[in-house]
Order: sequence, then C-alpha cells, then structure tokens
Amino acid sequence: MLFLIIKRILLGLITLFIVSLITFVGTEILPGDACTTYLERQAFGEQLEACYRRLGLNVPAYERYVSWAVNAIQGDFGYSLSGEMPIKEVLGPRIKNSLVLASAAIFIGIPIALILGIVTALWRDKLPDVAISTVTIFAMTIPEFISATLLILIIAIWLEWLPGIVIVPTDVSFLELLPNIILPVIAIAMIMTAHMARMVRSSVIQVMASEYVQMAILKGVPYWKMVFKHVLPNALLPAINVVALTIAWLLGGVVVTEVVFNYPGLGRLVIESISNRDLPTVQALAIILASIYVSINLLADLMTLMLNPRLKTLQIRK
Amino acid sequence: MKLDNIYQEEKKSNFAKVSEIIITMASRPSGFIGLSILVFHVILAFISPYIAPYDFKAINPTLMLQAPSAEYWFGTDDLGRDVFTRTILGGRTALTITFFGSLIALLWGGLLGIFCGLVGGKTDDIVMRIVDAFLSIPWILAMLLIVSLLGTSTEVLIPALGFFYGKGIVRVARAATHDVIAKDFIVSARARGHSNFSIIWNEIIPNVRDAILVEGAMRWSWMLLGFSSLSFLGFGVSPPTPDWGLMISNARGLMSFAYWSVIAPIVGLSSLIIGINLTADAFAKALGIDRSTKAPV
Repeated sequence: MLFLIIKRILLGLITLFIVSLITFVGTEILPGDACTTYLERQAFGEQLEACYRRLGLNVPAYERYVSWAVNAIQGDFGYSLSGEMPIKEVLGPRIKNSLVLASAAIFIGIPIALILGIVTALWRDKLPDVAISTVTIFAMTIPEFISATLLILIIAIWLEWLPGIVIVPTDVSFLELLPNIILPVIAIAMIMTAHMARMVRSSVIQVMASEYVQMAILKGVPYWKMVFKHVLPNALLPAINVVALTIAWLLGGVVVTEVVFNYPGLGRLVIESISNRDLPTVQALAIILASIYVSINLLADLMTLMLNPRLKTLQIRK
Repeated sequence: MKLDNIYQEEKKSNFAKVSEIIITMASRPSGFIGLSILVFHVILAFISPYIAPYDFKAINPTLMLQAPSAEYWFGTDDLGRDVFTRTILGGRTALTITFFGSLIALLWGGLLGIFCGLVGGKTDDIVMRIVDAFLSIPWILAMLLIVSLLGTSTEVLIPALGFFYGKGIVRVARAATHDVIAKDFIVSARARGHSNFSIIWNEIIPNVRDAILVEGAMRWSWMLLGFSSLSFLGFGVSPPTPDWGLMISNARGLMSFAYWSVIAPIVGLSSLIIGINLTADAFAKALGIDRSTKAPV
C-alpha cells in the first residue's frame, strides 16, 4: 500500500518534470523570444543585447532551465514581461478567485450529479432517465461560451436578475464577489454536473447488473437497502477517478467562461498573457495548471486506493 | 447451416458492412437525429456558397442591426451584413478544419498507440509519460500559444489541432492493443515469424480499428468545440471570414438590443456539435463499444 502511494507520487512528479521541459523547450523553439517581442522593431544591436542581459537570456538554454526550475520549485517564477511585478504577486489573487469559482461549482455540482446519476440509473430508460439524459447531453455538448452567452442573454439582459459581467478589481473581498459569481458558477457547474451525472449513471448500471447484486435480489434484500448498502459504495468508487478527470478537464473550459464573464481569475490571465506574448507568465501558468491537473488525479488515485475494499482485505490478510 | 452463415458474413463487401452500420445507427431515435443533423450540415457546407442570398462581406452602414424581416431572414449585424448568409456559410471553415484535424489525430494517435501497446517495455513507458505530460497541460493554453506565435492559417490550425486531440487517442489505441495482444492469433503470427509491421497491419489494426474510429468520431466533436472556442477568443480564423465562434463573439456585445445576430450562429454551432456527438454515440453503440464510463481526456 505505502509502496503504491509512493509510486503514484513519483510518477506525478516525473510528469511535472516533463511538463516543465515541454513548456521550456516549446517557448524556446517557437519563433521570437521575450526580448524581440518586448522591443518589437527596435530589436537589434545594442538594445537587444542589453535586454538579453537584463532578462538573463544571454546564457545557454540548459543553464536558464536549471535556474528557472530551481526558482520555480520555491514558488518564484521571476518577473512578468512588463518587468514591474513579480509573477508570484500577479498570480496570487488570480488563483484565489479561480479557486472560489471552481470550489463553488464543485460543491453545487457533485451532490446534484450524484442524485441525477443515481436517479437516471435506477429508472433506466423510463421517463425520468430519458428526460434528464436529454438535458445532460445538451449541457455537456454545448460549448461553454454558448451556454455562458445564453445565460447572460436570458438571466442578465432579459430578466435582469443578476449582473451579466463581473466588473470588480482583481483583489476584491469574498462578499463583494458573491453576487457576481453566481452566473459563472452556474455556467461551469452545468457542464461539470452533466459529465459527472452520466458517469455515475453508467457506473451504477454496471454494478446493478453484477452477480452479487443479482444475488442480493434473489436473497430478498429490500430494494433500497440493496441500493444503499451494496450498489452505491461499489458504484461510486470508480466514479472518483472520472470525476477528477472531469474537473481537471474543465481547467480548459474555465478559461473561456472567465473571459465571457470578464472574471479576474487564472483563465483570463492565460488570455491576457498570451495576447501580450508574456512568455514568462505563460510558462508559470502552464506549470501551475499542470500541477493542479496532476495533483487532482493523484488525489483521486489515492482516494480510490484507500477506499478500495479489496485492498483493505488484502492488508488484513497480511 | 451455421457454417453457411459464417461464410456469408465473410463474403460481405465493405460497402455492405458500412451501410449495415449506418442502418443500425439510424434505427435508434438519437442516432437518427444525430445523423440527420450531421448530413444536413455537410450538405449545407457544400451548397451554401451557391444559395447564399447576399455577399457575406458586403458592409452596408444603412442596414445596421436590422431586425429579422422578409428580406433579411435573420436580420443584419453591426456592419449591416446579412446574418442568414453568414450563418449558413459559418460552418464551412470549422467543418473542414476539424475534419482534417481529426484525420491527423486518428492517424498519429492510433499508430503510436498501437506501436506502444505492441512493443511495451521501456519505449512504452517513456512515450506514455510524455503523452501524460502533454495531457496535463490544458489544451487551450497550448493551442493559444501556438496560434499566437505561428499565426491562424489553416496550415497551422489543422496540424496543431490534430496533434493536441490525438494524444488521447494514443491511450485508447494502446489499451485496445493490449486487449488483443495476448490473443492466440497474435502469438501464432509471431510463431510463424511475421514481422512487427505485418502483425500490426494484418492482425492488430482490424481488431482495434473500431475502438479507434469511435474515439476519433468523439474527438471530432470536441475538436469542433475547441476550434470554435479559439475563434470565439479571437485566436481562430480571422475576420471577415464567416465563422460561428467569431460571429458569436462579435455579436455578444450588442445582444441586449440585437439578439438575433447572436442566436443564429448559436443555433448553428450547437446543432452541429450535438449532431456529431449523437452520431459518434450511435456509431459506438452500433459497433458494440461502451464508452460511457470514459472521461473526456
């Protein structure tokens, strides 16, 4: 068990190491660098040299990678292209804002997804299933920017219930942020809930068809007791991994949603830094987003390992 | 009698097999709806330049933001261009780019996955680590970076989309290869001394083809979503090309008093994505592949 956990953590770290190499090499081989972008037409001769020296680009690439990686591990990503603010300080409030958005969506989404998934599985191919499944297919296939735009059009413009666009400074307090985040949270939670509900549904259906559930039915175990005691614990276990992947996958979608609602989170920073060709910030963002992805997956792996009854009995036998 | 049946199964032409799959797909309501939407969009993409009533880039300041009328069915946008014309033309670029992108994704993802599944060992480990690393970088960040540095031409977009949506196919193809690799016919092909290439071509590909094709079809709809998101963010095709993502992003700011110019492209794009999705789902069911437990990777 301990060996398995250590192995998973090591694999995650190796993945992150490769990600750092990819982002570094990627920004290196693509044409143009920080200095040519920053200086634009004046990028030649003396000025270019001076800029290279200032940003430390005059040393070989591998040396720069090592020093960048050493600093990055300590949370220091250097300065953004404009050079005034350390990337660390730019990132701080953005991460907080995105975290608020994501966790709100997760806390609303997971219970709803569980209920919808279980209901649709237990009433498979009956009216509740057909109705809910149709809605979930719509919710998960329509692009984020469309559902977000429709939400703004209907709820903010036609009904005038909530503000459609977030106009707050980046470092705003939580209570001031609250009315502004309702629509973005709905937009994100909708897609996430739809994905998770479908996975829970198929997982429950699979377990319901298994032999031990058939056995329980034949033994005369009451229906709801069987559902809660035999089906759900086994059905929700494989769902953990899939839920984690869905959350991680949404990192990409959050970018679009944040842009639509003008929300000051990590996603909008991605667009801003790429529009400004701010490569140091892009590198930092790639590493941070990849770390989030890897840690969510790692957490899910570890949870499955801990909760897996087969592994538990394995230990007792030992 | 039974032997006879098997013999007939063997003799079926490819055309008969394909039409049988399509009939199975269309026999479910969801598959029928999906196929009809997809066919409608493909036909529209071919004929729209000939049936478009106006010039898609004709700017007319006197006709700004007209409400839908008999003359302009879906109204006009902020530059006085006909929204109906732009909407029926809006799927062409997206369909073409994502179709060829999916083909590239299928090819490299499928072949690399089969190769990794077959050779196993150190090579497999290293390649899968790299694929994992690419999977953990959000696609949107990577795509935006490439597009912003290399431009938004078709020659950049197709391979870039093909590459980033192919890495998930690597995993599926590898897993499918693992499932067949231990079967007797592969062992006997090895024993007969067939080369790796011959084993891949004659034994593995016919057995993993279905799983990879289904994954590719699914990826087509995700790629369309990704491509439209890029256009929406201003990193896809450039104006004045009619494109749904671009149209939505342009019309969004004015939707409080000209909702028609945003509704039309929304209906176009959503229906196409749902159509491809339902078709891919029906395709998977017709081939007997269950992908309902898989996460979007």
